[in-house]
Formats: sequence, C-alpha cells, structure tokens
Amino acid sequence: MAWMKSLFLKEFQLGVRVGGGALIGVLFFLAVVTVFPFGVGPDLKMLARIGAAVLWIGALLATLLGLDRLFQTDREDGTLDLYLMAGRPMELVVLIKCAAHWCATGLPLVVAAPVLSLFVNLEPVAIGAVTLTLLIGTPALTLIGAIGAGVTVTLRRGGVLLSILVIPLAIPTLIFGVSAATAAVSQVAPFKAPLLFLCAITLMSFVIGPFAAATALRNAGD
Amino acid sequence: MTLFDLANPTRFLSLVQRVLPWLVGATLIAFALGLYMAFFTAPQDYQMGNTVRIMYVHVPAAWLAMFCYSMMAASSIGTLVWKHPLADVSAKAAAPIGAAFAFLALFTGSVWGKPMWGTWWEWDARLTSVLILFIMYLGIIALWQTVEDPIKAGKANAVLTLVGAINLPIIKFSVDWWNTLHQPASVFKADGPAITTSILVPLLMMALAYTLLLMTLHFMAMRNEIYRRRIRAMRMRSASAAPAVNKLAGVQEAN
Repeated sequence: MAWMKSLFLKEFQLGVRVGGGALIGVLFFLAVVTVFPFGVGPDLKMLARIGAAVLWIGALLATLLGLDRLFQTDREDGTLDLYLMAGRPMELVVLIKCAAHWCATGLPLVVAAPVLSLFVNLEPVAIGAVTLTLLIGTPALTLIGAIGAGVTVTLRRGGVLLSILVIPLAIPTLIFGVSAATAAVSQVAPFKAPLLFLCAITLMSFVIGPFAAATALRNAGD
Repeated sequence: MTLFDLANPTRFLSLVQRVLPWLVGATLIAFALGLYMAFFTAPQDYQMGNTVRIMYVHVPAAWLAMFCYSMMAASSIGTLVWKHPLADVSAKAAAPIGAAFAFLALFTGSVWGKPMWGTWWEWDARLTSVLILFIMYLGIIALWQTVEDPIKAGKANAVLTLVGAINLPIIKFSVDWWNTLHQPASVFKADGPAITTSILVPLLMMALAYTLLLMTLHFMAMRNEIYRRRIRAMRMRSASAAPAVNKLAGVQEAN
C-alpha cells in the first residue's frame, strides 16, 4: 500500500509542477472555448444550444494534450523498466498513474467548466449538468487515452498519432456526455439514460484501459 | 495440417504458391458471374430504379470491411496469446485491405446517396459507423508505419486492434443513439422492399466474389510482408557485419 501512495503522490506532484502543470490544460480549455464564438458567431441563443458540446469538445482536446507524456518520460529514464522488474502489477501502476494524471489535469478542467460555461450562456441547470457529466466522463477519457499512450510509448513524437488513435474510441463518451448534458435542460430528451450509459462507459474503461495499456507497456520494453 | 504447422514462413509460402492460382481463378469467375447477375439479370427496384445496382458493390464492401476487422482481431489474439509468428503478418496485411473495403463502402454509399437522399453525405448511423471504422483502420496503418521494429509494432497493434474490437459495438450503439436523437426521420427507409431471391442471389454471389478477393489479396499481402521482413533481416545482418565496424573504429582511431 505504501508504494501505491508514494507513486500517486510522486505522479501527482510531477503532473502539477512539470511543463506548466495543471494550469496549462485549463488555459488550453479556455482558449478552445473562447475560439468557438469567433467561429460560429456571438449569438447567445445558439451558444446556449451548443454550449455543452463546446465544453465537452474542449475538455476532450485538453485531455488529449498531455497524454503523450503519460508513460513516455518513464520509459526514457528507465522508471518503466524498474516498475516491471520490481514485480509490481503493471495494471495497478497504470491505474494509479492515470488517477494522479486525472487529479492533476482532468479535475482542474471539471472545476473550470462552470466558469467557462458562463461564456457560452448556459443556464444554472445546464451548468450543473455539464459539470456533472464532465466529472463522470473525464476519467474515461484519461483511461481510454492511456491505451493510446501505451501503444505509442516507443514513438519519439507520437502525440498526433495518439490523438488519431484515441478520438474514435472516445466518441461514445462524447456522445453520451453531451446527450446527458443537453437533455438536462430539454423537455423531451431523457436525461437519466445517457447519464447511466456514460457511467457504464467510465466503469468499463476502468477495466479495459489499465489492462490494455499495461499489456502494451510490457511489450514496449527493450 | 493445423494452424501451427503454418508457423513456419517457408511452409506457408509454399502453400500460398500452390493455392494462389486457384484463388485468383475462382475470384475472377465469381466476379464475372456476380457482376453479370448484378447488372443484367437482377431486376430494377420499383422505387430506386437502376441505382439499386450500386447495392451489389456497396453492401458486400461494407460486410467485408467489418469481416476484415474481425480477422485482424483474431490475428491479434494469435499475436498476444500464442505469439504465432504469422499472426502479426496476417494482421498487418489485413489492415490496408480492410481500409480499402471501408473506403469503397463509403465511396459507393456516397454515390448512391446523391440520387437517393439528394446529398453526397448524410450523417446516417451506418455511414457514420463505417466512417469511424475507416478512421480506425487508417490509425492502425499509421501505427504499423511509424513503429520501426516489426515485433514491437505487432504487439502494439494487437492491443489497439483488440481494444477497437471491444469498442466497435459500443461505437455502433452510441452512433445509433446519437442518430435517432438528431434525425428521427430518414429519407431512405431500410425496411422498404423486402429482399426477394432475384436480388438476394446476385448479392450473395457478389459477397462470395468479394470474400475470395479478400482472401487472394490477403495471401498476396502476407507473402509480400514475409519477403519484406526477410529483406530487412538481411540488410541488418549485412549492416552489422564485421568489416564495416572495424573500418569505423579504424577511422575513429586515426582521428
């Protein structure tokens, strides 16, 4: 248990402090959300309609941003080989690393979401819904992204390829997240069904993500 | 002969040598029959007219695009579980073929959509799913291309392919959900005319022809990949041969 706690703390501190840390993701999120009105026009009614989708796409892109370094730094300095030689279950290492990564980069996005939703003119119920769905959905994005980070870990500049590989796999998360968030303020669309599907996807990615990423990492060693 | 007798690439190559001419012949005959039926004997649809003939090219392509992915997933299990030496060759050879079938399905679907729906592209659930499948194929091909060591590339791709195989039904389901949410009424009703034998027989014939084509191309691509790896191994052997290293060391010493 002690090694798990220290691994989490180490990863969390690195995530917060290195390379601009947690703020850089939020900053990118802010930039993406800001650029949307310039593309589609400042019509507040339309922004309210597409606001949840804008926030979700911004969160997806911001999550993809930091994923390529998730395992790469560990592989470069040999930490990955040490994890493997120390006989730690790789699945657990991946899960802890993802948890720390999410706390350092995903959670700030969720916290920033209510503030940014003011820019896209969401009403209070919609703000709550979008924050809730992001809270449930961003761990799934991180864990699915970990698979992409695992299979591209040997590549020197795998960032773009990682995004191409991960985006198709993240489509269900996006669909159900946005469905639930927009359904909260709609009279006809059901809210609970997409929310439960989103929860199911997150739970599934807790299983598939660590196993797949750990298999990829075990085979990436030299 | 079991699957494991084929683990020897040389034996596999000699099998391909023997089987390939028959496969090519069977493919040509099946296509000749299928295309003749599709374009001459199959009736016109009472709603869609002659454009229904696009279906004979379109539907088998979509089937085979999905079949090719399941073949890749099966090969990936072979790579990860049994470390079968030809499994990753098979997976690598299947990816571009599957991508080609997916592209063909998208292209013919788009050509069919123009007269039927009045637009080249409709965010129809099935078209969207095939588009996502196509993107996944391209991602897998890109990963094969970028990782240099074929063994490592094989392992990474096997993981990715299997994750994709688990995800594809979920993606299909979520796209269906999204589609019904956004456009309840589509112009084209899938349950319009029930399929009669006069349409079904040419369709199945074309499906057989496509399957034979897939097998032919897959065998050819696997053969090429084995040759490619042999060339790579030979190059590496000649590059690491002693004289070159000595020469280099000599130059460094002289400096």
